[in-house]
Amino acid sequence: MTDMTDQSIVPGTRPDLPPPVTESGVIGWLRHNLFSSWWDSLLTLSAIYIVYLIVPPFISWAFVNADWQFLPSVISGEKAPEFSDCTSGGACWIFVRARFGQFFYGFYPDAERWRVNLVLVMLVASIYGLLSERIKNKKPIAWFFFAVFPLLAFFLLYGGIGLPVVPTQQWGGFMLTLTLAGIGIVFSLPIGILLALGRRSQLPIVHLLCVLFIEFARGVPLITILFMANVMLPLFLPQGVEFNILLRVLIGVTLFASAYMAEVIRGGLQALPKGQYEGAMAMGLGYWAMMRLIIMPQALRVAIPGIVNNFISLTQDTTLVAIVGLYDFLNIVRAGSRDSNWIGTEIEGYVFCAFVYWIFCFAMSRYSMRIERKLQTGHKR
Amino acid sequence: MALAKGAPESGAVANPATPQVIAFWRDERKRGMIAQVVVVAALLGFIWFLLRNFLIKQEMSGAPPLSLYFLQDVAGFQLSFSLIPLTLDSPIGRVIFAGALNTLIAAFFAGIIATFLGLLVGIARLSKNWLISHIAATYIEIIRNIPLLLQLVFWYGGVLTALPKPKDSISLLDVVFLNIKGLFLPKPILQEGVGLFFIAIAVAIGLAIFIARWARKRQMATGQQFPTIIVNTALIILLPAFVFVLLHDPIGWEFPEKGAFNFKGGLTVQPEMTALIVGIGISTAAYVAEIVRAGIISVSHGQSEASHALGLKSSWTLRLVVLPQALRVIIPPMISQYLNVVKNSTLAGFIGYADLFAVIGTSQNQTGRAVECVVILMVFYLTISLIISTIMNVYNKRAALIER
Amino acid sequence: MSTQAQANPSGADLAISDEVMIGLTGVNKWYGQFHVLKDIDLTVLKGERIVICGPSGSGKSTLIRCINRLEEHQRGRIVVDGIELTHDLKNIEKVRREVGMVFQHFNLFPHLTVLDNLTLAPIWVKKVPKKEAEEVAMHYLKRVKIPEQAGKFPGQLSGGQQQRVAIARSLCMSPKVMLFDEPTSALDPEMIKEVLDVMIELARSGMTMICVTHEMGFARTVANRVIFMDKGEIIEQNEPEEFFNNPKSDRTKLFLSQILHH
Ligand SMILES: Nc1ncnc2c1ncn2[C@@H]1O[C@H](COP(=O)(O)OP(=O)(O)O)[C@@H](O)[C@H]1O
Ligand SMILES: [Mg+2]
Repeated sequence: MTDMTDQSIVPGTRPDLPPPVTESGVIGWLRHNLFSSWWDSLLTLSAIYIVYLIVPPFISWAFVNADWQFLPSVISGEKAPEFSDCTSGGACWIFVRARFGQFFYGFYPDAERWRVNLVLVMLVASIYGLLSERIKNKKPIAWFFFAVFPLLAFFLLYGGIGLPVVPTQQWGGFMLTLTLAGIGIVFSLPIGILLALGRRSQLPIVHLLCVLFIEFARGVPLITILFMANVMLPLFLPQGVEFNILLRVLIGVTLFASAYMAEVIRGGLQALPKGQYEGAMAMGLGYWAMMRLIIMPQALRVAIPGIVNNFISLTQDTTLVAIVGLYDFLNIVRAGSRDSNWIGTEIEGYVFCAFVYWIFCFAMSRYSMRIERKLQTGHKR
Repeated sequence: MALAKGAPESGAVANPATPQVIAFWRDERKRGMIAQVVVVAALLGFIWFLLRNFLIKQEMSGAPPLSLYFLQDVAGFQLSFSLIPLTLDSPIGRVIFAGALNTLIAAFFAGIIATFLGLLVGIARLSKNWLISHIAATYIEIIRNIPLLLQLVFWYGGVLTALPKPKDSISLLDVVFLNIKGLFLPKPILQEGVGLFFIAIAVAIGLAIFIARWARKRQMATGQQFPTIIVNTALIILLPAFVFVLLHDPIGWEFPEKGAFNFKGGLTVQPEMTALIVGIGISTAAYVAEIVRAGIISVSHGQSEASHALGLKSSWTLRLVVLPQALRVIIPPMISQYLNVVKNSTLAGFIGYADLFAVIGTSQNQTGRAVECVVILMVFYLTISLIISTIMNVYNKRAALIER
Repeated sequence: MSTQAQANPSGADLAISDEVMIGLTGVNKWYGQFHVLKDIDLTVLKGERIVICGPSGSGKSTLIRCINRLEEHQRGRIVVDGIELTHDLKNIEKVRREVGMVFQHFNLFPHLTVLDNLTLAPIWVKKVPKKEAEEVAMHYLKRVKIPEQAGKFPGQLSGGQQQRVAIARSLCMSPKVMLFDEPTSALDPEMIKEVLDVMIELARSGMTMICVTHEMGFARTVANRVIFMDKGEIIEQNEPEEFFNNPKSDRTKLFLSQILHH
């Protein structure tokens, strides 16, 4: 029993060998991931067949056989572009090119579109500033974003004080989609915070009211809230006060979004350990000071992924405003392909529209996942 | 003061002043009350303000007072699809009821598609097969990042209108036809004696349940196992089939037949309804898939390892160890997905299917009864969401894991 | 924190037959490109009590997980009680039935009561009537000294209690071999002893055991052989006295000095 060690090889000197060929490299990968059993191989082959049925035809439709270029006669201004310019049998992207401006700016006058661009640049810059890790002092940016920017953006988009007024009936396209979702999120944040605090409050009536509101807004479809804002709200306004359709929709969207926001923030509040509250109270802070200085900053940080997800859903949900006749991105693309010059471009319109929504929402959902992962590793309890 | 007995009392004894009067705004007990009174007062004031505006406007415009009597008026409009018979003279209430049924039936079938497709995609997403799992992931990522309305109008306007005309219908075995006018299925016609057939089905199911119970009991008592699944499947298929043959076709089928312009007879599913059900089903399936996946990966790998180490084979590991734990995670979000299906079916109006919302919209347009219509709508959806959240609460109470 | 060697006969005095229980010859395993197990040769006789130690990441867990096929080896042979582990599912099931395993993190089934955890495998795998399975389960619960916890759920027990339930759960299948993968390293110090006591008692009853553990007191008390692994190889193996007092390789010395004075 004493000497069981193999003397032929000195222990501890065996080299690292590469795995057998069937285990490594391309063959090993294929064997493990695609052909590990006959059933697996069957699945793989059927999947390849399905991909083969879908992908090549789509690529040939969307790229190989597609029409991209305007006719020379269109470029020289002799005639307007139309569906019959597309002759290759694939996708008619000329339609999208011809309508591109309208899809993004709606009926906003050409000469004033720089205003929309400027707002967009400011928006992107300040969001980048708020979220980037390289910029440490976020206070001025936050002030700008939450206090100055909304007013500035309204002034730029709507006009007044020297700028020609662009009535909201002319807003449309992707710009309107972003406006609706953006305003919905920005305004629902404070309301959502109050609702979340109310729902966690010890005061029974406040708690009850908040629960009722939140559950009501989450229990009915957004479209019914838009319907309510559209047909019922005007009846309850004082004589002589008229809210235009965009404002009514915005009120509906904001109330709807605040209920979902409240739940996300409540999740953030619940994730905080009780010690944070006790610590803050032990320091002698009052309720509002405690919330503002200690609790909310942490809860909101935890809630960021949820807030981004809400923004994604809201962006998608804004397509419903078509029900009250607003021309958001989807609706304006649909209207475009119903134009008599462009009958037959419905699929192109939907595919383009889907592509833009997809890029936008997918990028945001990846971002939200990244933050979530970071929070999980940095915040272990 | 050496006589002070307990520490807590010592303060009071040392300072026997008159009970201090706290100004009410500094009294923490009263502060909450005041806050609530303020909130309630503000709310009541706001409601009063709205109501006053409403009443003034009502009076000025001479609109009739709020009431639900208008539901008895003749609607004067038809629905393209209805489960209950409707005529142009049907009262509005009946038409609205038909709309509600339309919502429920579409949601029911969409829910079924979502459940099965979602399960399939969720399991595919977890597959060790790289290709299968990536196809599933692609499906999920595409669907979740495109607005549902866009998907619906795509299915309806893009795909269904691209379907062939009736004379070039796509057919399945020459009994099911699909064309631009809809989906045509054979319609079952019940013959005499069909009751026996249904009884046979019921008996087979009852027997299967009995066998399952008996097998379980016997296994617990003697350890012997019984091939319950195989026997029950055979029973449920064979017994009704046997009765069916004995009765000489108790169910006749009315097949769709090619008419001059379209198919006649059989069961027709409108394209609008098809698009709505398929669209919502496919979209919700992506969310269901994520729920299923999250549920299964929430059961730690150690659980199935421990089960395997005890000698339980894979199918038992899944049935006895993994699924019972995964279902607790899966079921609650699944229930809220069903609520979402009902809510999402309100998009029906965009593609011309007469669901409750679309019918209410038309009724409001025709009667001008905005408040009543909104109330009916809200009551319907709130009732459903209340029912669903009650189911969820009951489930959660039952399933709560007992843990320290 | 380790149990002191008691005045009982040391491991060497317990009976070991010359029947081979487990045989590994030239076992190699890779995770992707990473060579985890290199030419492992190991023969375990019936009744042997083997302790495996070595630095973290040296492949100890992988080795014992190969023995009940929770991991697949790619080269070499593993034979357990005369059954060779191949892709044959029947053989894998047979081996798993005879080999019990206790994990670092217990892996009790949280949705079942303690009693149901213990009877699950006997009922389904060994086809034992429920009543009988419960009697056996109560017997082992008594042996690990927690019969009163039978009706509770795992989440309601302390770590030490959970690990003892896990041991009892394996024993209910009357295994011929027990594998332990660091059974005490997830436990608070005051609970380690209660688990080790159960394991010592099990060793005395003649069970063939392979334990990955750094409890050196336990190794001295019950092991008849201590194996040192590093970088996927068995570097040294010997009787406990010899192993601890007179390690041959420098790596073993270094390792022992590190764990003995930490
Ligand atoms: N499933 C796995 N995939 C890839 N590498 C693994 C896996 N499991 C373990 N390893 C690696 O194999 C080595 C040996 O692991 P293990 O047997 O758990 O070591 P020990 O139990 O001795 O600490 C470690 O370097 C570990 O990172
Ligand atoms: Mg290990």
